[in-house]
Amino acid sequence: MPRRTMIEAIRDAMDVSMARDERVIVFGEDVGFFGGVFRCTQGLQAKYGKSRCFDAPISESGIVGAAIGMAAYGLKPCVEVQFADYVYPAYDQIVSEAARLRYRSNGDFTCPIVVRMPTGGGIFGGQTHSQSPEALFTHVSGLKVVVPSNPHDAKGLLIAAIEDPDPVIFLEPKRLYNGPFDGHHERPVTPWSKHELGEVADGHYTVPLGKAVIRRQGAAVTVLAYGTMVYVAQAAAEETGIDAEIIDLRTLLPLDLETIVASVSKTGRCVVVHEATLTSGFGAELSALVQENCFHHLEAPVARVTGWDTPYPHAQEWDYFPGPARLGRALVETMEA
Amino acid sequence: MADAGMLRFHVPEPEVRPGGTPDFSDVTIPKAGSVPRPEIDVDPRTIRDLAFSIIRVLNRAGEAVGPWAGLLSDEELLEGLRHMVTLRSFDARMQMAQRQGKTSFYMQHLGEEAVSCAFRKALAPGDMNFPTYRQAGLLIADGYPMVTMMNQIYSNEADPLKGRQLPIMYSSKEHGFFSISGNLATQYIQAVGWAMASAISNDQKIAAAWIGDGSTAESDFHSALVFASTYKAPVVLNVVNNQWAISTFQGIARGGSGTFAARGLGFGIPSLRVDGNDYLAVHAVAKWAAERARNNLGPTLVEYVTYRVGAHSSSDDPSAYRPKAESDAWPLGDPIVRLKNHLIQRGVWSDERHAQAEAEILDTVISAQREAERHGTLHAGGKPSARDMFEGVYAEMPPHLRRQRQQAGV
Repeated sequence: MPRRTMIEAIRDAMDVSMARDERVIVFGEDVGFFGGVFRCTQGLQAKYGKSRCFDAPISESGIVGAAIGMAAYGLKPCVEVQFADYVYPAYDQIVSEAARLRYRSNGDFTCPIVVRMPTGGGIFGGQTHSQSPEALFTHVSGLKVVVPSNPHDAKGLLIAAIEDPDPVIFLEPKRLYNGPFDGHHERPVTPWSKHELGEVADGHYTVPLGKAVIRRQGAAVTVLAYGTMVYVAQAAAEETGIDAEIIDLRTLLPLDLETIVASVSKTGRCVVVHEATLTSGFGAELSALVQENCFHHLEAPVARVTGWDTPYPHAQEWDYFPGPARLGRALVETMEA
Repeated sequence: MADAGMLRFHVPEPEVRPGGTPDFSDVTIPKAGSVPRPEIDVDPRTIRDLAFSIIRVLNRAGEAVGPWAGLLSDEELLEGLRHMVTLRSFDARMQMAQRQGKTSFYMQHLGEEAVSCAFRKALAPGDMNFPTYRQAGLLIADGYPMVTMMNQIYSNEADPLKGRQLPIMYSSKEHGFFSISGNLATQYIQAVGWAMASAISNDQKIAAAWIGDGSTAESDFHSALVFASTYKAPVVLNVVNNQWAISTFQGIARGGSGTFAARGLGFGIPSLRVDGNDYLAVHAVAKWAAERARNNLGPTLVEYVTYRVGAHSSSDDPSAYRPKAESDAWPLGDPIVRLKNHLIQRGVWSDERHAQAEAEILDTVISAQREAERHGTLHAGGKPSARDMFEGVYAEMPPHLRRQRQQAGV
């Protein structure tokens, strides 16, 4: 099976979708001729023409607003916001419009759009190229929120998102674009070509939205992770020797609660990890759901390991980033509690 | 002259406040028929003055004059009059129904009926409007059933939107009427996107964007103009300048640009101002802009100069911020009276027939209201089920909503 980077897998997902359905169109800043600052749309304009892949003005509200109108017409736009940190001008269009169009019109108009955006830190991007705003979208009824952790899933989830009848926020952990990253920034990067999840089948396949996957079977404690944190969790489990069961959520909304509850009911312990800030983060929702659904199985408080409640710093990136050492300490404490 | 003293902060003020004498002497009204009608493929740079004038067809004697006249037959004009009278009558009944507690909220069109009623007749089937809350004439003039509108206003058991939306936030794809959001300006860029999609699909349909004077200050207005200009989208960009954004006079959104139409000039978009109380002028300019869009000539910005005679909404009292008699002093008159006088002048109408038509239309509205009320009003009779509240958030109900619906016991 061919090996692909996450960038290539994402590009392949759009390529496959555009070839199968002429209603699928792709646009965003630097997305057309150049192929995107992360190269995710490279070659799509040459292959499908300027009507189906084109450059947009620097206007995120314009990009998403236009995409909503296109979806109302009957197209299926898959747009790129250059960094998740730039999505806020489009927030009103996403929250007040895309998310509610089906509901408020009772299905008279619908909004099958995908808004792709690179998320998370680990690249010395400072506060405007590192944020993880997923909780701002999981709080919105009517949206779906997806965070892939590897090339195989990225392709299958993106095709599923494009085919979905409702708006999907697709957050791509940019630190994973070229290889898995476990938080050991001092070590050389393993490329996806040397990782089994870099195996990406040609052609069409989907990974269903709303389904989590267990990345590591374990009996001692459940770690709920997504995106980059899946690899941080694997490193922490190996380094502490704690037999953690690691769940890669893949879709945050709708959430695969069944898989979470089954695991925590078995292990009796749960640590939630994400890169985004702590307060009102998605970990708060996960923690609440675990205690509501698994209270009688819990042998320790649900712990959260997250970014600090500060803007994402530049020089202090690795003090901010919840790496394997910090997660490892939480695992040990949870086991001792 | 140099002024290096203390900096002074500037806040524009309307000419007159409550207690004062209404004064529209600063509103320059060109003579009807005096503004030329360019070809649709005109070089936009040569018609920049149209953004500062006002295209008018009906003169004070009720005659249709000048190069924008002559597009509509007697029958079409009589139909237009009927639409406007219907809208006014509908508004009066629904405003009263709101006061009677039959619904929570209402927004009327008083004085602005010509804008949406005449514009609708310039579109073709399949075209799509992205309206604000004051363009119900688009539905009335397209034959959308009044009973269905009332069912929506009452949020009753027959409400096509299942009670999910504020009154008057209609939606009808079939009638080219995009779901009204209730947020301001968001629909403007969506209309441009819809038009881009039509062009991408090599279709023949065009879009019409709607916004009020106040909301042109939103960034969505700006991004819509950028996108429309860049991609030459087949869209008509409508700005309804009714002078008032709730209590805020139009000068706060307009700033120093003179007119709202002038906003389009920096984008290279042909921009016209039209007498919004002149049914014939509105229709003629809309037709011109729609033809441009349909012929791959790109967007047109149209500012309709009109006046919001009524309150902003049923929750508003304009006497707190503008003189009570201001609407009487509005120099462009009443759209219904002006079209009525024109039809009389044409010899196809009379005061008697008008009074009779008004009475008949009121009867039709009242019987529609009776029928709607048989399906319930907001607080009485049939209403959408609580179960409906959970439907339609997504195409397929996800597990967490299923659980919540069970929890709610519905």
